[in-house]
Amino acid sequence: MDTPTLRSPQHRVSRTAVWYWAARAALGWLVLLAAQVVWLVADGDGDAWPVATHVTALVVTAVVAVAHVTVMPQWRYRVHRWEATSAAVFTQSGWFKQEWRIAPVSRIQTVDSERGPLEQIFRLANVTVTTASAAGPIKVSGLDRDTAQRLVADLTATAQATAGDAT
Amino acid sequence: MIDVVETTSTWRRLSPRMLVIHPFQEVVRAAPALLGLLVAGTSSGGQGQWWSIGGVGLMVVLGMLRWFTTTYRITPEHVQVRRGLLTRKVVTVPRDRVRTVDVTSHVLHRVLGLARVEVGTGTSERRREGRLKLDALSAAEAARLRVELLHRSPVAASTASTASAASAAEISVTPPAGSMPAAETELARMRPEWVRFGPFTMSGLVTVGVVAGFVSRLVSEGNVDLGRVGPIQETWRWFSAMSLLLEIATVVLVLVVFVSVASTLGYVLAFGNFRLTRHAEGTLHVTRGLLTTRATTIEERRLRGVEVSEPLLLRAVRGARLSAVTTGLRAAQGAQRGGSLLLPPAPRAAAVSVARLVLPRVADAASDSSASGASPVTVGLTAHGPAALRRRFTRAYGVHALVLAALVALWLWAGLPSWTWLTAAALLPLTALLAADRYRSLGHALTSGYLVTRWGSFSRRRVALECDGVIGWNVERSFFQRRAGLVTLTATTAAGKQGYQVRDVDLAEALRLAAAGTSGLLDPFLVEEQHISPVG
Repeated sequence: MDTPTLRSPQHRVSRTAVWYWAARAALGWLVLLAAQVVWLVADGDGDAWPVATHVTALVVTAVVAVAHVTVMPQWRYRVHRWEATSAAVFTQSGWFKQEWRIAPVSRIQTVDSERGPLEQIFRLANVTVTTASAAGPIKVSGLDRDTAQRLVADLTATAQATAGDAT
Repeated sequence: MIDVVETTSTWRRLSPRMLVIHPFQEVVRAAPALLGLLVAGTSSGGQGQWWSIGGVGLMVVLGMLRWFTTTYRITPEHVQVRRGLLTRKVVTVPRDRVRTVDVTSHVLHRVLGLARVEVGTGTSERRREGRLKLDALSAAEAARLRVELLHRSPVAASTASTASAASAAEISVTPPAGSMPAAETELARMRPEWVRFGPFTMSGLVTVGVVAGFVSRLVSEGNVDLGRVGPIQETWRWFSAMSLLLEIATVVLVLVVFVSVASTLGYVLAFGNFRLTRHAEGTLHVTRGLLTTRATTIEERRLRGVEVSEPLLLRAVRGARLSAVTTGLRAAQGAQRGGSLLLPPAPRAAAVSVARLVLPRVADAASDSSASGASPVTVGLTAHGPAALRRRFTRAYGVHALVLAALVALWLWAGLPSWTWLTAAALLPLTALLAADRYRSLGHALTSGYLVTRWGSFSRRRVALECDGVIGWNVERSFFQRRAGLVTLTATTAAGKQGYQVRDVDLAEALRLAAAGTSGLLDPFLVEEQHISPVG
């Protein structure tokens, strides 16, 4: 018996997004490592913790950080996909908890595009499509700027063509 | 009667009688502190009481300022409210976005002939600005506003208000008959025998909390020493003379009796005079309450479905509650909070028949063919299969095992008495019952244009959502669900809780359901897979 199953959305996000995600994760880990180094220096006599424990904690953090920064972006790049047809927007995301979201273009209420400071450096943008339901926003992050602009333009044009208040 | 020309563009104030209500409300809220002052006198205690009295004064002044700064007006296109002292703010809602009007009068409001009006709009529901609240207008003004806002054409509106003025005269109890123009049809009304469901609503637990809170504030702020009050001392002596088992039994018995009485009282006060009517202009109208009266008007074309909820206790006595799934109303919370209530705890059969009358497609289908089997509220549901059953058990026992392990650890290293983990261990069979019941509740169906989903054990809910109201679909699966071949399907909607889930359903079945619910939306993204295995 043949069973229906979801295929993956056609498009991957921009390849640059891997670097963006890695940079963002690295920044977070650097803050944690810096905090640990500061503590090590402040606790120089080894009153609270012996120096060896400090160093071990530092090394463990560093190893986890390197693993996260190298593996996570690649993995995320493989699982984050999106697709927009004239009828629907379709996204896939998540690796431990997978999620697919589908919303018809006729029910779109707003299309927002956003660029954070770090995203600007990598010339990336994300697009958020909201519907009248608070449970249904669809977010595509890590698109290159031109694709994002084109996507926003396409979606707004099609959404405007449909009448009604889309509830 | 409704003079639209006159009501345009002039800014109107709330009722000046609110100036009386604010001081009174604040005094009631500060009652424990004031009582303490009276009882203990001014000599004992510290400065605390004077601070709280100062606070009361401040709140009174602020409340009065609110009256002076709030004005509203209704133009042909908009409803506008201006408010704020330091930051002036104008909230504007287009009139064609008005979905529901909720008129509430608390006891004090009623004594002074006032009513609070809340206007619900659809799309901006989750953002706070979307709500308009007028606290409070005179009762007549509030009723007029409701008619004005929901029944758009002024001609129809005036006939409607005459009809509701004359509504004391009973009108037929049959489903909408086309022959009766501009009238209201009664769909349900409170029956005295429904009071038997009162004790099973558990709303009395809230009362216990409120009483406990009041007593504790009286003790702390009023410096009243309960140990010195004669009757309490007597009772305590009598109570401590009993054996432990008897003590527990007494406490349980007293609690059960108290909660039952309080729940029944709460039921009568909240749902007394309950009436559900349909107006010919296409609105549903719910009025209820003995002390605090509440009237909610729901635009029928915004009704996207219904929710039947059966909390465990209510289910044991074959009772159920019905609420509306509609845009523009907060999702129902608790027994009486939500304005979306369509039927208070009542026999299940009553909930089913009201649901049939209220759901537009079902009502049509029933009158067309007189076949009444396919109501989304009664239709048989597809079970979710052995994988979902296993998942219910692993989850229930997983949580139970964690609790047990924590208790044992605390017993070993923190000196927790051993009966705690022994009790937890003794409850293991109950967990199996819970898991089995949770599985039995799980189910879904697609019938006459409605998506039906049911879940939960302690609070079992069955939601029938119109497929036209479904905006999109989210398919989710965690690592564990993936191994079991299950997904959680969420139908997103602008109504009610914004999203309704079909939990732990087989992936293929979920996709079939979603594809059938919204025709054509999913088709481009589906592929047929020949062998049955979860995709990698």
